[in-house]
Amino acid sequence: MAKVLVVTSGKGGVGKTTSTAALGAALAKTGQKVAVIDFDVGLRNLDLVMGAERRVVFDLVNVVQGVAKLSQALIRDKRLDTLWLLPASQTRDKDALTEEGIAGIIKEMRPNYDWVICDSPAGIERGATLAMRFADIAVIVTNPEVSSVRDSDRIIGLLDSKTEKAEKGQRVEKHVLITRYDPQRAARGEMLNIEDVLEILSTPLLGIIPESEEVLRASNIGSPVTLSNPTSSPARAYLDAARRLKGDDVPMHIPTDRKGLFDKLFGRRAA
Amino acid sequence: MSWLDLFRRRGSAPVARERLQILLSHERAAARGEPDLLAKLREEILAVITKHVTVDHEKVEVSMDRGATVSTLEINVEIPNPSGLLLAGI
Repeated sequence: MAKVLVVTSGKGGVGKTTSTAALGAALAKTGQKVAVIDFDVGLRNLDLVMGAERRVVFDLVNVVQGVAKLSQALIRDKRLDTLWLLPASQTRDKDALTEEGIAGIIKEMRPNYDWVICDSPAGIERGATLAMRFADIAVIVTNPEVSSVRDSDRIIGLLDSKTEKAEKGQRVEKHVLITRYDPQRAARGEMLNIEDVLEILSTPLLGIIPESEEVLRASNIGSPVTLSNPTSSPARAYLDAARRLKGDDVPMHIPTDRKGLFDKLFGRRAA
Repeated sequence: MSWLDLFRRRGSAPVARERLQILLSHERAAARGEPDLLAKLREEILAVITKHVTVDHEKVEVSMDRGATVSTLEINVEIPNPSGLLLAGI
């Protein structure tokens, strides 16, 4: 029976799609059966970040409207045979998703996967509320920056009130994933540090993803960073976070890329 | 503080942290459905003033500066001169 996980944030551009792809691939690498669903109807991008943009035939809205079967819309990853993608549609109709439709899809997927990961759109409109609606676990992606932390706080409030679990008097298990973290700037007092963010949000930490060039490189080539360069610092941070999701006890630390003297003198190799 | 700090700009993270803590404590109260204190104050104060003075409702500014331990309420009422003034000393 799958665990339904929502990757959410409120604010846009903090790394929801990057994190969905990286965590999905990291879990699938361990042999778990994983489906990632793009809820950003009208602005789909998970397909592009995962390198499946030319293989989209049917999408989430087609399945909700009964135009296609779930099995027809799911795209199997070319690198990992336990990873599947359900793309969003590019329709401009913001009412294309219905709660009943999504409930049906999640219900159909639960018995067939270990993880169903819902990539939420930014904002607090229908796409975002439906992405979190049936979640068991939430990963709140937060940058160490005031507007992102404020929006995360708002999203935490919605997870505690507007989800199916909350309405039944249960709790969605919540985790903060801090992305684009720069330990040096935080040490100099130029960036909110981990303790500040966690204290303000009073939510446990899933992982710390350091700011890295590898994240842009991964999206450039259409591969989750945990597959494109598994030894890079963001990939190691995501792989650790995925293990924590599975219940492993992994000590928290911030991976770094060791640079040799040559790198320091001449900059990083061209990616 | 080392002498080096004299040449270094103080980090802005503590300011961010404090601003967030104050803002979120108020936003969380609002989300719990506690009434908008500022709107209520504005309405009631205005009612008291208009009992005695004619004021333009557009020319009333109510603002609150929220601090961690103390908040200040600032009320600016523009009163037309001299005909509207019924009460001296406001």
